[in-house]
Amino acid sequence: MLKGLRRRSQASAQASRTTITRRALMLGGAQVAMVAALGLRMRHMQLERADEFRMLADGNSIKIRLIPPARGLIYDRNGLLVAGNEQNYRVTMTREDAEDVPGELAALRQLIPMTDAEAGELLTEIARRPPNAPITIADRLSWEEFCSVSINTPALPGVTPEVGLSRHYPHGPDFAHVLGYVGPVSDYDLSKLENPDPLLRIPRFQLGKSGIEAKLEDELRGTAGQRRVEVNSAGREMRELSRREGDPGVALQLTLDARLQNFALQRLAGESAAAVVMDVTNGDIMAIASAPSFDPNLFVRGISGADYGALMENDHRPLADKTVQGVYPPGSTFKLVTLLAALEAGVVSPEETVYCPGYMTVGGRRFGCWKHSGHGRVNAVYSLEQSCDTYYYEVSQRVGIEAIAAMAKRLGIGVKHDLPMSAVAEGNAPTKDWKLKRHGKDWLIGDTINASIGQGYVLASPLQLAVMVSRVASGRAVVPRLVRARNGVEVPAPEAPKLDIDPAHLAVARRGMWAVVNGSHGTAGGSKVVLQDWLMAGKTGTSQVRSAVVNNKAVPWEQRDHALFVCFAPVADPKYAVALIVEHGGGGSSAAAPIARDILLFALAGGLPPLAAYPAAQRETVKSRFEGLDLIDPAHFAAPTRGRA
Amino acid sequence: MSYLENNLKTIPSGPTKILFLNWPLIFLLTAVAGTGFLMLYSVAGGNVETWAEPQMKRFGVGLVAMIAVGLTPIWFWRNVSGVIYTIALLLLLAVEFVGDIGMGAQRWLDLGPLRLQPSEIMKIGLVMLLAAYYDWLPAEKVSSPIWVALPVALILMPTFLVLTQPDLGTAVMLTLGGGFVMFAAGVSLWYFGTIIALVVGLVAAVLESRGTSWQLLHDYQFKRIDTFLDPSADPLGAGYNIMQAQIALGSGGWSGRGYMQGTQSHLNFLPEKHTDFIFTTLAEEFGFIGAFGLLSLYVGIIAFATYTALSTKDRYASLVSLGVAGTFFFFFAINMGMVMGLMPVVGVPLPMVSYGGTAMMILLAAFGLVQSAHVHRPR
Repeated sequence: MLKGLRRRSQASAQASRTTITRRALMLGGAQVAMVAALGLRMRHMQLERADEFRMLADGNSIKIRLIPPARGLIYDRNGLLVAGNEQNYRVTMTREDAEDVPGELAALRQLIPMTDAEAGELLTEIARRPPNAPITIADRLSWEEFCSVSINTPALPGVTPEVGLSRHYPHGPDFAHVLGYVGPVSDYDLSKLENPDPLLRIPRFQLGKSGIEAKLEDELRGTAGQRRVEVNSAGREMRELSRREGDPGVALQLTLDARLQNFALQRLAGESAAAVVMDVTNGDIMAIASAPSFDPNLFVRGISGADYGALMENDHRPLADKTVQGVYPPGSTFKLVTLLAALEAGVVSPEETVYCPGYMTVGGRRFGCWKHSGHGRVNAVYSLEQSCDTYYYEVSQRVGIEAIAAMAKRLGIGVKHDLPMSAVAEGNAPTKDWKLKRHGKDWLIGDTINASIGQGYVLASPLQLAVMVSRVASGRAVVPRLVRARNGVEVPAPEAPKLDIDPAHLAVARRGMWAVVNGSHGTAGGSKVVLQDWLMAGKTGTSQVRSAVVNNKAVPWEQRDHALFVCFAPVADPKYAVALIVEHGGGGSSAAAPIARDILLFALAGGLPPLAAYPAAQRETVKSRFEGLDLIDPAHFAAPTRGRA
Repeated sequence: MSYLENNLKTIPSGPTKILFLNWPLIFLLTAVAGTGFLMLYSVAGGNVETWAEPQMKRFGVGLVAMIAVGLTPIWFWRNVSGVIYTIALLLLLAVEFVGDIGMGAQRWLDLGPLRLQPSEIMKIGLVMLLAAYYDWLPAEKVSSPIWVALPVALILMPTFLVLTQPDLGTAVMLTLGGGFVMFAAGVSLWYFGTIIALVVGLVAAVLESRGTSWQLLHDYQFKRIDTFLDPSADPLGAGYNIMQAQIALGSGGWSGRGYMQGTQSHLNFLPEKHTDFIFTTLAEEFGFIGAFGLLSLYVGIIAFATYTALSTKDRYASLVSLGVAGTFFFFFAINMGMVMGLMPVVGVPLPMVSYGGTAMMILLAAFGLVQSAHVHRPR
């Protein structure tokens, strides 16, 4: 009958059944005990403590509030505060705790100034947000306004006067482009994040919008603290039950020098211009100034339509960061690249001369040198000193565009440098493939000739030009950097590897740059430095904005040529490099070189340069120029407080 | 249970078998599943399609599977126990290599239309294999070391695989379920004493390993331990679930806040309210009466399965029924203990109520084994 079952001796089967039954009963007992424990726990929670839990669920009388952390402070290389936090008095309202939102808002308007439009927007926002989210009614109140609201809070349920922190940029416009600014979190910001930090849900929480503030947001923000508070039925805090502070954001120390930055911007005042100062030994960016600038504090407070409109309409484009975002044809400053490419390829020797009759005809087309009468026989050094175009027309045909593009990338042009700034441009070191892909056309020899003197398709940002000069000056592949230390811990700056370029060829380029400033026929001979220890070398550039060359004075501002100047000093032992562009400034030697020299000398002197550095004939002009500048006095700033605030 | 079979001396055969199923057990399981549908409907905010409807369909399939398994002779199931265990083990290995990642853990195997969770099959496969093993093993050898080591290895292999997924809840369930069968089979109590001592030692080692290079658990698992010990230490983070769950549960009071009226559940204070924490919604909306009622239904299921186990003379049938009942018991005891703050949070669903296809269907199939034992019991 039980075919499928194993046969077993009656006794054994009986014994095992007894065992199983006994064990099953033991297990049953244990189960009963656990069920009893579960039942008792249920009774304990649902019957004995029901009132307590009911209260928590109903009134949620205990609320958990986030404590926003202090945003990380930012210092310049000497410990001057360039981005800090200041106390901000504000008033918030929570809809679920308020009895009559429009009525209370009307009452508040008696105490703090508010336009009808603002009040309307607030009402919409309050209705749109979750009922338990506090909405900022007004911030940056004066102490008197704040007090008057505080006194009246008993009549205004759901309204809370608060003291918070708000970002402040003590140097105003000086660091607007590099630091960027913070602003209130927008729905768009939130929509971009997969899993937003709960802090960002705090209305008007300040979030980096551009520049370092945006790029290093994660470090600067810090982590939230929290406190548990008991509230009464009106939502007013009765007492704080527990509190855990958050961690403030990382304190950053930048490589920038606030005084140099300020001087550069002052010196560029009135122009649409950009200047980058780099330490050629380690890549530290000492100053990165884009003029004109704007006051980032306006954006933190919420810029008015009129102010914003004025910034947008200004033809000098104050909002654009011309240092890293703007790209320009580098003009004759690019001749350094063409020369080094040709020397490295061996298609021309340093001493070999090219005859310049003032033009060159290639493929039936005539390419003129800037000096129509011609330079005669020109060698490498003299070609830079005189900025002879014909020389470069000739050598660029010998070496070809591919080698020129490769050299440009080695020197940092056409490469996106990794800096925590907004919209860092890549520039362009054009190649044949690039033109085919981008324009669908074959590369022409005329394109090479244009590229050889930094026109045509070649584009570089002032930052890239500064990197180029730093590399030529130091012979090392220095990489630009902006962050010097985090929370007082220095960011290591390993020595850059040597450039894979024959040092003899780099020396030729440097001698050429020396001659540009100090030679008898140098194009920047008017911007000499006479102190032997600080001798300067440089290269002028004038990049065409329109095709026909006419007198710059005769055309409207926006059609004039861009003036460029790149330089480094001291010649004997290079320390700093400057790249400077004055948009539509005219010639590089007249519009750019004198400003670049002042900035470079300021960097070397660590303050206003001594007049002794200038040729005797220029000292009076320089002196009066300096006196006209509105420079910051470091004494205005409290003793630098390092680390956490 | 003596309504039809009083004077029966033979095992029923043919379609009449259906009359000899353990119908009270089926009724109780349906009642529990019905509670689940109600709660899933409620937590979905009054929407059938979200969770309740798929769950009902799966329950239908599972019910048919249970009856089919129940009508198949129990000795057939004993003979295929090893095969089922082996398949489950291979599937677990497969998951290790090709499984889908869901909720940060690798648990799922995607077989076209079927998404399979092999660890669920293993819970039953392990019980079946151990029952078959002790059926085969002469009773006097049950406690000799070699014959104890073998089943321990059979338990640890899948446990280890599941732990690497990582799924602490299932690993605990496998160990407890396997241990339950071994205990029922009569393995000497000394072994269990020793194991308990070892577990205590291991727990100490695990806690000690925290933050060292040989850390034995994931950080999130350590965090759960912390949270269990003091949920209020981190009320916005890991402790949030437990705090809110306890508020929901406690605020239910005697008779609850009314169906679909639970503020905690409906204002989204509760986490995973349709899966692991569904009991809190029940307790909030139906109060002590509802929560205790569900507990009673569970106890009834255990009681009927245990009755089957004790009323059959076949050793395999007894052990498999006890094992299924034990596994089921651990399911609801751990889940309820977890949401009521008696145990740390491990991912164990509330059986037959939490939303989840594989788990419910496998459980119903497992109760099919109890049914088979019931129908085919030698009298």
